[in-house]
Amino acid sequence: MIATNTNERLLQIAVLAFGLIAPFLFPAYIQQIALLWIMILFALTWDTMGGQMGYNSLGNIFFFGAGMYICAVVQIIVGGYDVGEYTAAFGAIKVDITDTQYFTGLFIGLAAAAVGCVFLSIILGFFFFGLRGPYFAIGTLGIALAAGELIGAWRWVGGGSGISLPLYPGSDIFPGSADEEGLFFYFLCMASAVATFLFFRWLYKTRFGLALNAIRDDEEKAEGMGIHTMRYKTVAWACSSFFLGISGGLHGNIVHFIEPLEVAFPTITFGIFMVAMSLLGGKGTLWGPILGAVLFHVIKEVTWTHLLGWQWVALGLIIIVNVVYFQQGIVGWLMERFPERFGIRVETDATAQGKGGAD
Amino acid sequence: MGNVIEVRGVSKAYGGVIANKDIDLNVADGKITGLIGPNGSGKTTLFNSIVGFHPIDGGSIRFDDQEISTMRVQQIARLGLLRTFQQTRIYGKMNCVQNMLISIPHRKHRFLDMFGHSTAADREKADSLLEFVGLYGKRMLPAGDLSFGQQKLLEFAMALMNEPKVLLLDEPTAGINPTLINGLIDRLKRANTDFGITLLVIEHNMRVIMNMADTVYCLAHGEILASGAPEAVQNDQRVIDAYLGAH
Repeated sequence: MIATNTNERLLQIAVLAFGLIAPFLFPAYIQQIALLWIMILFALTWDTMGGQMGYNSLGNIFFFGAGMYICAVVQIIVGGYDVGEYTAAFGAIKVDITDTQYFTGLFIGLAAAAVGCVFLSIILGFFFFGLRGPYFAIGTLGIALAAGELIGAWRWVGGGSGISLPLYPGSDIFPGSADEEGLFFYFLCMASAVATFLFFRWLYKTRFGLALNAIRDDEEKAEGMGIHTMRYKTVAWACSSFFLGISGGLHGNIVHFIEPLEVAFPTITFGIFMVAMSLLGGKGTLWGPILGAVLFHVIKEVTWTHLLGWQWVALGLIIIVNVVYFQQGIVGWLMERFPERFGIRVETDATAQGKGGAD
Repeated sequence: MGNVIEVRGVSKAYGGVIANKDIDLNVADGKITGLIGPNGSGKTTLFNSIVGFHPIDGGSIRFDDQEISTMRVQQIARLGLLRTFQQTRIYGKMNCVQNMLISIPHRKHRFLDMFGHSTAADREKADSLLEFVGLYGKRMLPAGDLSFGQQKLLEFAMALMNEPKVLLLDEPTAGINPTLINGLIDRLKRANTDFGITLLVIEHNMRVIMNMADTVYCLAHGEILASGAPEAVQNDQRVIDAYLGAH
């Protein structure tokens, strides 16, 4: 690990530099790169559950959608409107809110989305952590599917017709820029993805990381050793949902219009992408999901643009090759190929003698 | 010296199969107690009952004067009553050091301790215990890459890391190279004498159990057949019959 430290630092700087320069270098692609940050956040939060803890959640997209709706509702309330009336107007209402109302609404909304999703995850965890293996996967998939249908039937939040969000006001955060709104949300997306990365990077270095891996490798043994498994599982899902809630709130504001099935709870697109990205990059590793997200997103966008009609075939092919030929993912494959680079080594007697308890 | 574990009238049936019937057993504090019996006599079932792995049908199990038969596995483990598995169970994708570090005692753990870092003392202890079982050189390898015998040693070291009061060992020498068994017996004894851990050991290897145990219980067909000093049990005609199939 020691040898990779400087490399990791360089990688971090490169990614950060790209993130800061990219929107000015490729102004036409701001939304795409913003979405890439959300994809990275998706992959990282999914990997906490599926990769580090071994609970393959197919329902993590639920928190994305829940966050999106919580944020929207808070924005409408802070804007001074009645939610029922606002949604009943199907966007025909004249939205007239001040800049301050917009930004307070947005930030309170994002905070409420994060906290709300944490609460939801605790409640769901109480019921769903009794399920193991494929049952957990299918059970959580049910959450996401059911949520889409339930929201679709809930008039107060617009039902199947969705909600049009308050529009971004003119402001002077990026003076002289043509796409102020794009830049504003771009940097919020980037900040939340970077925060997610830094948070989990820290988390995996604490005892928490070890406990998650122990639960993944043998949960019964972990119970037998007295580890508070339920506590760890609940907190892990809560951390995951915290960031997913924020990403949902942001995404809703980027697309301006939210509705339950395609935008808020897209189980078969984003919901599956988060799994596919983690697997592609290498689940259970810190950088794997990020690498997977970048590759997957780039391939997705390129095929969408240049191979229209074949894009699903291309994505399906990636998933199949990944699952059949290298399940360990790219970073996992590197670890198998060059174990010593990752600190996996046997010490001969000679080196073992210098044992100083240094690490 | 009192008894740290007292099992009274414990029964357990799986459907129509009676695995344990009216078992009475004492584990004396600070001693090594052996549990022998032919295959299928209910030894592992009794272990599972004691550690709370499944509910019992009747009877009482007390640990340190506290009724534990209705508690769950984690609670019992946190009280300081730990078991190892017959089919070794370690965290396969984590390296040996990580396996050790997560095996620290969790009984004092508060909520925020989840986010703490392993202390230098933990690391030192992990290293010295790995040294104790002879795995120090392989400590950076994924535990799943170790041989079966080495995994068994690792599981034993993990149990010691947890600082239990009582350790239940399910066939510690099964699958271990005969030449290594002496070393293992020595380590088990040292766990008892040096670390002060009371042991309850299931064992098929007579030489091992006679060498270690202070008291031996023999199970057959789910019932206690004989108990007492190792020599007495070994020479008991009923025990010999049970093993050789005279029933």
